[in-house]
This record gives sequence, C-alpha cells and structure tokens, in this order.
Amino acid sequence: MGQVKGNEGRDAIVIGAGHNGLVTAAYLARAGMRVTVVEKNDWIGGAAVSRELYQGFLYSNCSYVCSLFRPEIMRDLELPKYGLQVLPYEGGAVFTEDGGYLGMFRDHDANRREFARHSPRDAEAYDRYSRDVMRHCRFIRPLLMRTPPDPARFRLRDLSELAYLGRKVMDLSEAQIAQMIRFWTMSIADYLDEYFESPVIKGYLAVSAIIGTALGPMSPGSAYVLLHHYMGDVDGSVGAWGYARGGMGAISQALQRSFEDAGGEVRAGKGVARILVSGGRTTGVELEDGEVLRAPRVISNMDVKRTFLRHVDEGDLAPDFLRAVRRFKTRGSSGKLNIALDAAPEFPALPAGAPNIRGDLHFTDSMERMERAYDDWKSGQFSRDPFQDVMIPTMIDPTMTPPGKHFMSCFVQYAPPRIAGRDWTDADRDAFGETCLNQIERHSPGFRDRVLHVEVRTPRELEAEVGLTEGNIFQGELTFDQLLFNRPVPGYAQYRSPIRDLWMCGSSTHPGGGVMGAPGRNAAAEILKDARMGTDMSDAYAIL
Amino acid sequence: MPSCDVVIIGAGVNGLAAALRLARAGRSVVVVDRDIPGGTARVHEFHPGYRAALAHLWQGLDPRLGVTVPATRVTTVVTGLQPLRLATLTGKAEGLAPEDLAAWEEMRARLTRFARVLAPFRAMTPPRIKGANDLFALSRIGLSIRGMGAADFRELLRVALINVADLLEDDLTDDRLMGLCAFDATLGAWMGPRSPNSLFVWLNRIAAGEQLSFPQGGPAAGIHALTTACAAAGVQVIAGDAVARIDIAADRAVGLTLASGDHVAAGTVLSAIAPQATFALVPPDHHDTGMMRAVRAIRSRGGAAKLHLALTGAPAFPGAQLTDRIVLAPSVDAVEQAWNPGKYGEVPARPVMEIVIPSAHDATLAPSGGQVLSAIVQFAPHAPRDPDATRAAMLDNTLTVLEEAAPGLRALIAHAELLLPSDIEHRYGLQGGNWHQAELSVEQMLFLRPFHGAAQYRTPIPGLWLGGAGSHPGGGINGTAGWNAACALIEARP
Repeated sequence: MGQVKGNEGRDAIVIGAGHNGLVTAAYLARAGMRVTVVEKNDWIGGAAVSRELYQGFLYSNCSYVCSLFRPEIMRDLELPKYGLQVLPYEGGAVFTEDGGYLGMFRDHDANRREFARHSPRDAEAYDRYSRDVMRHCRFIRPLLMRTPPDPARFRLRDLSELAYLGRKVMDLSEAQIAQMIRFWTMSIADYLDEYFESPVIKGYLAVSAIIGTALGPMSPGSAYVLLHHYMGDVDGSVGAWGYARGGMGAISQALQRSFEDAGGEVRAGKGVARILVSGGRTTGVELEDGEVLRAPRVISNMDVKRTFLRHVDEGDLAPDFLRAVRRFKTRGSSGKLNIALDAAPEFPALPAGAPNIRGDLHFTDSMERMERAYDDWKSGQFSRDPFQDVMIPTMIDPTMTPPGKHFMSCFVQYAPPRIAGRDWTDADRDAFGETCLNQIERHSPGFRDRVLHVEVRTPRELEAEVGLTEGNIFQGELTFDQLLFNRPVPGYAQYRSPIRDLWMCGSSTHPGGGVMGAPGRNAAAEILKDARMGTDMSDAYAIL
Repeated sequence: MPSCDVVIIGAGVNGLAAALRLARAGRSVVVVDRDIPGGTARVHEFHPGYRAALAHLWQGLDPRLGVTVPATRVTTVVTGLQPLRLATLTGKAEGLAPEDLAAWEEMRARLTRFARVLAPFRAMTPPRIKGANDLFALSRIGLSIRGMGAADFRELLRVALINVADLLEDDLTDDRLMGLCAFDATLGAWMGPRSPNSLFVWLNRIAAGEQLSFPQGGPAAGIHALTTACAAAGVQVIAGDAVARIDIAADRAVGLTLASGDHVAAGTVLSAIAPQATFALVPPDHHDTGMMRAVRAIRSRGGAAKLHLALTGAPAFPGAQLTDRIVLAPSVDAVEQAWNPGKYGEVPARPVMEIVIPSAHDATLAPSGGQVLSAIVQFAPHAPRDPDATRAAMLDNTLTVLEEAAPGLRALIAHAELLLPSDIEHRYGLQGGNWHQAELSVEQMLFLRPFHGAAQYRTPIPGLWLGGAGSHPGGGINGTAGWNAACALIEARP
C-alpha cells in the first residue's frame, strides 16, 4: 500500500462511529489499512448504543432489536469472539380494544393455531401467505450484499450486474414474476386483504411494512418495506428477531474491539467541521477543535444530506448533484420512549405466564388505526392514537438493569420532523410522551406507577444527538425513488461520491437502514477494490 | 338466433372501437348493450329539460379509429382573484410568478418527454414477461427511452414510482399550480397525491392526450359519429337487452344468452364490460380456482362522485368563463386531505373538484336560460355503510365549497343529482364505480392489467376476450383498449 506523504501514516478516515462506519473501518483494517474513526459524541455506536441514562439502567435508546445484522459480517469480523451475543425472543402480542389479544410466536404452527382462534380462514391463508412472502424475500436477500448496477452506464461491471439480475428474474416462472412485481408496488393493506379477513391479524402483519417509514399501510410501496424487515435472521432462522445481550451497544462495542484488534483507532468526542477537498479530491478532515487529520481517503457514515450539505463546500460540488442531495427525502416518522420500570408491567389480557410478554407488544389492532395515525403525520402532527412497538428486553436479558427492575423500549409512530411547520418544543415532546404512556396504561393498569424514569425522543432529539437528518432512522426514506441504484442519488449509488476518494458507507446508501451492516460492508468492498487490495468477505448467504 | 364471428358485450367507446376494427377486418360483429350505446359518454336527463353525461370531457378518440369528432378545446382555470390558466393538462401557465414559471417550464418539458416515450406502450398489446413478444416494437420503445440521454433516463427511473406531491414540492412553490397538478394526477384514481406511484398514473394520463375538449353538438354527437362508422362497417347493435350469461360449450365460449332469452352464437366473445362482471357471466363450473382468485384480487374502488346541477341561471366563477374547465383544488394538502376520509368510508369536509358547464358548449342540454353544471368530486367513499346519508353529506359539503367559489350559486339550483361511486356502478356497470373498471395503478398496469393471465386481452377461457377499460391501457373516452383487443384478436391464431 503506497503511503502518501503527509498522511500521518493513515490510509483512511471514517467519519462517524455508527455501526456501518465501524463495519467499514473493521473490514479495511483487516485488509491492512491504517484507519482512524472519528466520532462527534463521547460515546460510539451512533444509533446502536446502550446508554446509562438512569442509575443502573442501560437503555438501547435508539435501535432496540437485532435481526437484520448480516451473519456474514458477524462471521468475517468475529463479533461473537468480541462479545456479541444475540438472544432470540418469542413473538409478542397485539392487544385489542375489546380486551383480548392476538399472540405472536416464532413457530409458524403456533402462530397458525393462534390465528385460528381469531379466524379459521386466516389460519389457512397464513400458510399460503408465508410461502409467498418467503419467496419474495429469498429473491431479494442476495441483493443486499451487492453493489447496485448503474443502469445508465455501459461499463462491464454494470452490464454484468444487470445481466445477473435479469437472469435471477428469469429463473422464476412468469406467474411468479408477475406476483413479485405486484408485491413490490402495492400497499400492504391491499396485499393482506387478498389473504386475510381478521382486522387484528392484518394489523399485526402490517407492522413490518410501516416501521421507520413515512408511509401508511395503505400507501403503495409499503409491501416492499415489509420485506426489508423480513430479510433478517437469528442463527439462520430467517425472519426471526433477537436482542443483543447488554443492549444494542453490544454490537457497536464488539465492532470496536474487532476493529481495534486489527490495529484501528477510534477517536470519540471529535466532531468533524468539514471535509477537506482540493482539486476535486479529498485530502482529509478538519475537526471542530481545529485539528486537521489527513488521509488519502475519507469515508462518511453520516447521511448524505449531512455529508454534502453541511461538511463539504458548496463550490466543490456540481449543482445537479447538490439538487439531487437536497431533494433526497429524510422525513422522520418515529419517536421513542425509553423507560426504567420498578417492576414488570402486567397485561391482564394475556394468560398468566404467557411467553408473549417477552416479545413485541402492540396496541394497534387494525390497519385502519395505523393509517389514521399516519394521516396525523401527513398533516404535521404526532399521532393522537399512535402505533407503538413496545419491548421489554430485560425479560430475557437481565444484564441491563438492577435485579427485578426492567427496561422498556417503546418505538412510536408517527412523529413528524416538524410540528405543523415549526420546530418541536419541549411541551410538544412531553405531550407526545404522555400520549404514549397513557396508551400503555390503558392496556396495563398500574403501569405508570411503576415508571421510574422516561426518556422521550422525537425526531428533534434523534437529529440533535445521533445526527440523523430530520430524525429519519434509515438515513433516508425507503421508497423506490430512493432504493437500489437510486440510493442515495442516481449515478452515485456505488458508495462513491462526485469527490474523488470521498466515500459513503451509511444507511443513506444501498440497501438502507436497520442495524444491518450491509451498507458498511458493501462500501468496504468497493473501497478495497478501488485500492486494488484483496477483499476477504464471505458470501455464505448468497445462496439460501 | 343471430350468428356472427364476434359478439361484443358493451356498446361503450371501447366496445364500439373493437367492433369497428373487427368489422373493417371483415368479421361479422354483433354488439350487445343493456342500454343505449355510449357507455359513460351517453347522455341522460337528470331533471326535466336538463341533460348530462357521466364523462363530461374528452381527451380525444384514438386516431387509429379514423373517426373524427369535431370538438372545442377546453382551457383549465384555477379560479380566484388571480386566476391561473392552462391550455392543456401540462400546458403553458398564464398567471404564474416568474420564478415558478421557469420551474414549471422545466418540469412540464420533462414530464412531456417521459409521457412521449411511454405513449407507444398504450397502442400495443402488453408484452409478455416471458414468451413471444413484438421484439421490434419493444426495442424501439427501449431505444427511445434510452435515447433521451443518461440524465433523463436516470430521472425517469427515479421518478417512475415516486409520489406526485414530492415531485411538485421539490421544484414548485405555487399552491394553485401544485394543487391543480395533484388533482389531475389523482383524478379517477384510488390514491392521493402523497401515495407512491401517483406520478406514473399522471404520466399515463398525459400520454393519453394532453388536450381536453368538448364534442361539438354534445357527447351524443360524439357517440353518434362512432355508431355511424360502426353501422357503415356492418356492425349490428342490439341495444336494451342485457347479457344473462356467456355460453360455454366444450370449454369454449360460443356466444351469449340474453336477458330476453335470445341467443347470439359467435365464434368469439369479446367483453368490453368490467373483467369481474365478465367472469360473473361465466357459468361457475368453468371457474378455475387460480383464475377466480386473480379475478377477485382485481381492485376496483371508485373514489370519484359525480355532481349534476340543474341551474336556473349562469353561475359566476371569478376569473373563469363558462366554457372553461374549472378546478377547485387549492393545494396539494387540500387534495390529500380530501383523499384521507375516503379510505375509511367517510366523506371529506372539503372535497376537491373539476367543474364543466356543458350547456355553455351545447345549449340543447338545458332549457332556455338554464345551465347544467357537471362536476367530478373527489374523494367519495366507494362502499359507504349508509349510502343515503353519505350521499347527502357529500352533496352538502360539495355545495359549500362550490358556493364559496361561485357566490350565489346555491340560489340557482333547481335540482341536484349526486352520484356516489356505488350509484355509478349501479347505473353504468362500472365495477366499484371506478371509471377504469379496475383501478389504474402501477400494480394493475400493462402486463398486470387486469391480471396476469389475461393481460394480452385473451382470457384463460378459450374464445373469451377482454377489451374494456379494465384491460390495458385503461379508460378514458378514447377506445384504445377496445382497438388493441381487436387487433390482438385478429392477429391471434385460431
């Protein structure tokens, strides 16, 4: 590796110690590069953190479950060796307005029996539904770990990637292709209506199609988002979800250890003021404290808007590119409550000892209620009757709190980036928190008395702390105009930017957000290829 | 018992277009309709002396029909103190501030380029995903898309499935123009401007014809031109007799049994009515499970209500002439908010609408001194729980908005008729009250319209073909779907 003079012996700088930044850094370090990661916060992890915000309680205060994280990466970077353990959990429950519930289980047949309690017809449809969705899932999973082709160019790599995609499509039957195109373009509400009749079953199955997006279940294109959340697995069990032991920060810490073991350096508390550009190529970064770090390549884990609109001089970018970055949609749609509990909450609807309390708990028992919650978001309000995904990881992982106490994570939709065109105020945030707590209290009497501490996070807090523009948890919305070769900007979907040696590795790039690590890994592959260094990356899951 | 080569169900524009094409190719053709010919373009009297048609503007018949209908061009106006005027759907805009003017010029040029390269798809049988295709036609379309250059090609791929609101808000600031575009994009569709895929539906509408017009002599004259051409080609029309069932013999469609008990024997049956209604005419013992599942999955929710007002005098919309097409859709959010309640079977507080005064074009549609106001009002619930209460609420909210736009209008009303989508279904046979017989949405377009397996106009039942708005490329008073179907039928090997 030729060392450029004045680079302080450094081969790369990664801006941001989020999980993708650390994944890229770790791969590069393992390939022999000398890499420095700079992070503006005093802690690392971005949105995959475990923070002690109340005495003795660790909060996974942003992302809260682990499924999408690619097993290839875990293996390549030896994360279990560095302390990462994923604990699978049982499905969960949807509490209905009439005091009943729909249980969810990891086991297909258990789910089927539970569905039959609500609708025998739906129990039968569930087999057909699962088979169909799994087929769509299988088609798309291998694409996660591949750099998208640029359909407007005629380079060999783009043509051969397009040919690969074409062959993959043509391996399916004509009817299957037709079904797949319908699935990708339709709304989850329409799709589920074709299979199911029970509102609560549809309400449960629609959840994955709206999490993190600025779409409602009746928005076309939401069915694809469902896939995005189904593509994960825990220990090879596709579609399963789990907790990282010790909170989501355990992922970041394992990545950091893996990276540092390979010779990497992490500097926390070092915000980047600007990315240095000279003659159309980057030469390093200038930190907020004035220190200049030089390197022949800079990789940004920040979202595309933050990277180019805040940290690169406008004069160094073409107007067309700037326009494309400005119109990249990053509207946040979710908030989060992190709660310290004195004792486990009780849900009278559930039978005593039911395992469902160890999984996702929902209170939205129909797609219509979800859609109405979305209507509020569209008009610039937080949902009056929000959708919540409530989890109590300490039911399985006691390491996060003192004995007998619990940490509860409530993911809430919808919360707009701005309230009726103005910024969020503390009063808005508190009203939002109250709405969510009251919804839980309705299904869990006495819940509020057990609350020791609540952290309420709206898109405002997510942006200020994690740096996610407009609080979008995916660093950019997941609609087709921002997927694959369109992500983040048409013509720049291969982790490169118009500035030479300035790369992108965050969730703004293909395949998008979720604690998946795929953008970071794909970016590392491109960077190493560009530097003509061998890549050592397993592709075990390309066949499934 | 008449016998013919092809019997066509439905004498709407598509049924007649198909009949014309087949008759000119030398086939003997019989068209059956339960009503007078014209489908949604036929005129009905809704109050003594006052007449109107469901389809009140034309986008032009498919030129391949060779039937000219003299028509007056209609300008679109957004009324108000500072009116905005557009000569065509995405025409030059008069009344726009200079900074928006440049942005609109760029956007409409871009949309027109995209619509132009996609337009040839409308005039062909949808390609098969696998199987024999017209590779020559497809590669021509492919080359013209790629021929736009890399920048346009990339932009088309980006916006193909985008929602129209995002596209508008990225570049424009004028609420009147954005409201109008959001309205035009979702007119007749079951989606709001913030629904992904809505831009594509708009592009399809632009590709169908930019120029809105009113047939000279009224809609009846337009239909008359078409029926005259059919008669000259030898087409026989049986009007006023409904189809009771499609006769099947040896697993093949062999003709129709009519409500009157008459039979029409035919080598081929081509249905221009809605696909779901068509398969309902097939005896159940020929219902294949897979096929019927696909038929049931066709979504066909209508979101447009139709208002007909008999007025005792001319209404006054500031900034507009009576011959204009007046759009009341003040902003993108106004259209979106009008869309929200319809999803739950509820009525919007402030509906958005397109208003035409047909009697200003054709005086015979109203008694002397009177006027007819015809409006498409969106969005109405497609399956209301209580139709009468819903109709009343929809009418009331619509008239409130109208009165604000044209003060004094309410005092002129002699009679008001509001057709909910369910009324439209009942009267015109349009499934779900959707104008396109099946929603025009990306997942029901091209080779997915109306469902995979019947998208090339030929159904899984031998001898039974589809050729109505429910087939590619959808509705509109143009006859394209019927013409395409007839072409496919003529080319097909028996």
